[in-house]
Amino acid sequence: MTTTLSDIRDEELLASVIADRIGGVRHVAVGNASPIPATAALLARERGGGRPYVSLLGSPRHTFFTDGGRELFDCAGQGRIDAFFLSGGEIDGEANINLVGIGDHDQPRVRFPGSFGSAYLYYVVPNVILFRTEHSRRTLVPKVSFISAPGASDDSVHRSGGPSALITNRCVFSFDRAQRRFRLESVHPGHSADEIAEHTGFEYDCPADVPTTPLPSAETLRLMRECVAPELAQVYPQFAARIFGLKA
Amino acid sequence: MPAIAETLDDALSAITDGITLAVPRESAGVAMAATRALIRRGIRGLHLVALPTSSLQADLMIGAGCVAALETSAVSLGEFGPAPRFTAAMLAGSLCLKDATCPALHAGFQAAEKGVPFMPLRGLIGSDLLRHRPEWKVIDNPLGEEGTSDPIVLLPAIRPDVALFHAPLADRDGNVWIGRQRELVTMAHAANKTIVTVEALHDGILLDDPLFAAGTLPGFYVEAVAVVPNGAWPLPLPDRYPWDGAHLKDYAKLAASDEGFQQYLDQYVYERATA
Repeated sequence: MTTTLSDIRDEELLASVIADRIGGVRHVAVGNASPIPATAALLARERGGGRPYVSLLGSPRHTFFTDGGRELFDCAGQGRIDAFFLSGGEIDGEANINLVGIGDHDQPRVRFPGSFGSAYLYYVVPNVILFRTEHSRRTLVPKVSFISAPGASDDSVHRSGGPSALITNRCVFSFDRAQRRFRLESVHPGHSADEIAEHTGFEYDCPADVPTTPLPSAETLRLMRECVAPELAQVYPQFAARIFGLKA
Repeated sequence: MPAIAETLDDALSAITDGITLAVPRESAGVAMAATRALIRRGIRGLHLVALPTSSLQADLMIGAGCVAALETSAVSLGEFGPAPRFTAAMLAGSLCLKDATCPALHAGFQAAEKGVPFMPLRGLIGSDLLRHRPEWKVIDNPLGEEGTSDPIVLLPAIRPDVALFHAPLADRDGNVWIGRQRELVTMAHAANKTIVTVEALHDGILLDDPLFAAGTLPGFYVEAVAVVPNGAWPLPLPDRYPWDGAHLKDYAKLAASDEGFQQYLDQYVYERATA
């Protein structure tokens, strides 16, 4: 049975794309208020028969931490977290992210909540996937007004991690750390390369033929809807109700 | 040995104008009843340090004019949206904010609990956070390989005057059961004094039971305890009760305007005491 676009929700497509990029690692952590990356992480675990370990921060039932808030960061510093997700009020073409604000630091025009753990985790988690569901020139900018965490660092700076990709509601970009530049990998079904150019504020590499993001397979959809959704509902009841029709 | 205070206000007497006050993140146990009591008392000029983030607590205290400076990695109401009074104060330029990142705050408290002047931390180099924090120093790793450069950041110890949080249980000796919220122990070790509100008094001595003892902050570190059932409301107390979602939604709506915020204070902070 082949799946068609009308069968699947955007959130399912995005979770499937992200799960493919998590791969078969040992430990993936997901920050607060991130239901789509959480869906992807739990999907990766279903596929792996119980691995990776998935830590959904903010949910005592879905984290094994017993040493307080620092344990996540200590874990990451030792290389015990393989994949993590970050976002930004602004993200630029060098994968710098801004979680602080726009304008003067002490009296900004726009203020975001703050940098959380980004100014550390971005450096030490090998596979950081950037995720932003608003793909616009407002969010994807030529240069961020404040660097909460830089996409790349000079060779002298200890850096065992960094961004690998940026996934939006319109497309998938991969990130080349040596070139400090994004490349358009695929556009989601119903979107086009021209549309990406129109709505992206930074420059990026673009192949002559841009592939379409593959739809999740029937098996992936089954795993998400039958196995992941009930688990997810414990942490994100409203999201699970809206996307997977589970009673909140 | 800390006394179990007669009243909440008695327990809070060491929290005076202008001190440095450490408070935990939302998911570790925030002393919200105590926060409302401090606002009612009209406390001013606090240097608030969040380990490592804050939500309603910082927003409420900023809006009520209690906070001169704030050190934190973020202020947000989470799924209830941005923190409205924090955002308004930032846009008005009226709050001195020391922007941090979570592990830098954990490291600063850890340095203080060890009695050492600083703690090194990876990351941060190339972040604008570092540019705005002259007290964060970059040195070359003195233990690195000869002839190579390995810059690393040093975070100064954070030594608060008082740490304030809410926990499930205390006993008559002032031992406080914090369970797995271990950062509360770090916070208490780092602070000069620690004040705790608890849901209930435990019969017996927590340190006598190994199952409790491992998750207990010894009364040695505790200045005062007050029993305040539901003391984290409307925030959650981990493993005990969840958020009051309807209330937080209302707060986000009311606090979006100056008038609405005043109405919230009148209703939930000031009138509660006289009701």
